[in-house]
Amino acid sequence: MNARLSAGLLITALLVTGCGGGGGTQTATTTPKVGLITKTETNPFFVKMKEGAQKSAQANGLELMSAAGKFDGDNASQITAIENMVAAGVKGILITPSDTKAIVPAIKKARDAGVLVIALDTPTDPQDATDALFATDNFKAGELIGQYAKAAMAGKPAKIATLDLAPGVTVGQLRHDGFLKGFGVPAGDPSVVCSQDTQGDQSKGQTAMENCLQKAPDINLVYTINEPAAMGAYTALKAKGREKDVLIVSVDGGCTGVKAVQSGQIAATSQQYPLKMAEDGVKAVADFAKTGKKASGYTDTGVTLITDKSVTGVEAKDTAFGLANCWG
Amino acid sequence: MEATLPRRLITTPVAGPTIALVLASLFFALNSPQFLTGSNFSLIIQQVMVVGTLAIGQTLIILTAGIDLACGAIMAFGGIVMTKLAVDSGLPPLLAVAAGLAVCAGFGLVNGLLVMKISLPPFIVTLGMLNVVFALTHIYSNEQTITDLPPLLTFLGQTFQIGQTNVTYGSLLTILLFLLFAYLLGSTAWGRHVYALGNSPEVARLTGIRTRRLTVGVYTLAGLVYGIAALLLVSRTGVGDPQAGQTDNLDSITAVVLGGTSLFGGRGLVIGTLVGALIVGVFRNGLQLMGVPSIYQTLITGVLVILAVAVDQLSRRRNR
Repeated sequence: MNARLSAGLLITALLVTGCGGGGGTQTATTTPKVGLITKTETNPFFVKMKEGAQKSAQANGLELMSAAGKFDGDNASQITAIENMVAAGVKGILITPSDTKAIVPAIKKARDAGVLVIALDTPTDPQDATDALFATDNFKAGELIGQYAKAAMAGKPAKIATLDLAPGVTVGQLRHDGFLKGFGVPAGDPSVVCSQDTQGDQSKGQTAMENCLQKAPDINLVYTINEPAAMGAYTALKAKGREKDVLIVSVDGGCTGVKAVQSGQIAATSQQYPLKMAEDGVKAVADFAKTGKKASGYTDTGVTLITDKSVTGVEAKDTAFGLANCWG
Repeated sequence: MEATLPRRLITTPVAGPTIALVLASLFFALNSPQFLTGSNFSLIIQQVMVVGTLAIGQTLIILTAGIDLACGAIMAFGGIVMTKLAVDSGLPPLLAVAAGLAVCAGFGLVNGLLVMKISLPPFIVTLGMLNVVFALTHIYSNEQTITDLPPLLTFLGQTFQIGQTNVTYGSLLTILLFLLFAYLLGSTAWGRHVYALGNSPEVARLTGIRTRRLTVGVYTLAGLVYGIAALLLVSRTGVGDPQAGQTDNLDSITAVVLGGTSLFGGRGLVIGTLVGALIVGVFRNGLQLMGVPSIYQTLITGVLVILAVAVDQLSRRRNR
């Protein structure tokens, strides 16, 4: 009885699996495939990226396979995904590497098997470990909000808090350095009174800002790695009644973030375009499948400063444009 | 005769999982032309060997009615110790590996001593240890991934040919480890003592088993096995990665439970754990080949775990 029951339950599970597959598996042999591997499955940035890949795959007559790590930094799952996609016979793989160094040997194996590998959003270390890179210029993204902040402060002496990403992550480092360059201060300048890691997380951003305000109550400019961190900072400032006289600038351009710019909680943000990264990446794989020509080098997918309080000397678009082009 | 087969299926906890593994494999073979190939099976074994090896240690501990939440973290630290000593400190690779194994066994020993001496619940001890070891890994590695490993550290990731199929030495080692522990648990006095301890520590003690020493021994041995998993991980990925293993504690428990070992101790087989690990690997690989997004793999693994525990509970009720 019990054996039969357990077998029955397991068969049911298998049937459930069948439904999850959603059919369409028999066409697999004819349509060329493209794989997309993101850092996680749930971050809106990657959801949008997958949407762009799906749309572009349909338009270019490719079948999209997707996979993701379980958490940001999950290298093992990305390796497994690469292996499985190569086994499934993909023409090309688009990957947002979770660990820019640790993924390199697995990418090399895929390329040795004749698969075109393109990094999206985040370059590998070294960058030429992939055939090509489609990404935001993160340094420029930081530089833009740095220039904006410099103009918006209008000569007022700055006490800066930087809410950064995490140690050793290139994207975070580039945005931070770009911000300082744009603002015109060297690294280690005394005007940067507090720097904290937030993992780009709202609640960690809030905690970081609270701690920064304990350390230096007169902070008047906050750089944040992304808008969730910025919203965390805003919440912390609001609790102190400081939300009106502190300038918050950010990078990313997600829809929630642009709305926060619209409502004035964040002064300005640099918007990036994950949809375009994925669309262009899939198209490059389609070209490779048709012509055998591999994409190479770095393709800048663009970044735009979004603000409703524009300053002179820094080019920007308003939040209407931001909302029309946002992700998430 | 009719009554004996189901009866035997109930008393052999590995039967259900094995049936599930076979059915799942059949299902994927029918749905994906790439599934049923030697190279794909070799791939699946490579993909499950790290969690599978961790799950050997986890099985030992769960058989004593304990649990280990720190196994993935201990492995990650072991991997960093091996790679950092060999690459940054220039230690001979063999010594670096030995140091990594010793460090992992050492953490196992500490876990065992805390469980035994202070009678803390294993869940709490290993939860604390998870955080301690995680932090130590990040401090010691300075958040840096270690690359350019000497050949000895990546040897287990190298392949040899069986027929047309490339097999890694690590896969072979993993299977040998499973056979070794199946023998140790099934055919030695030590193995019987482990089961007895899990069934009832009090009865085990009264029958003359030195339960405290046995407990410390099991945790230490599990730690050593995590060290071997660390070497497998390093050889598979080709780097020392401080971020590694973060969900492997739960993945190893998943393999143990799917393999029919009872979370309440004293009941289960280490070969079941291998089957459990393979079930997860087969689903992940098969669904990927079919083009199903990975979030469904998580969904299905969750459903399978609940089913496995339900089957365990139902069969216990039946046995009573």
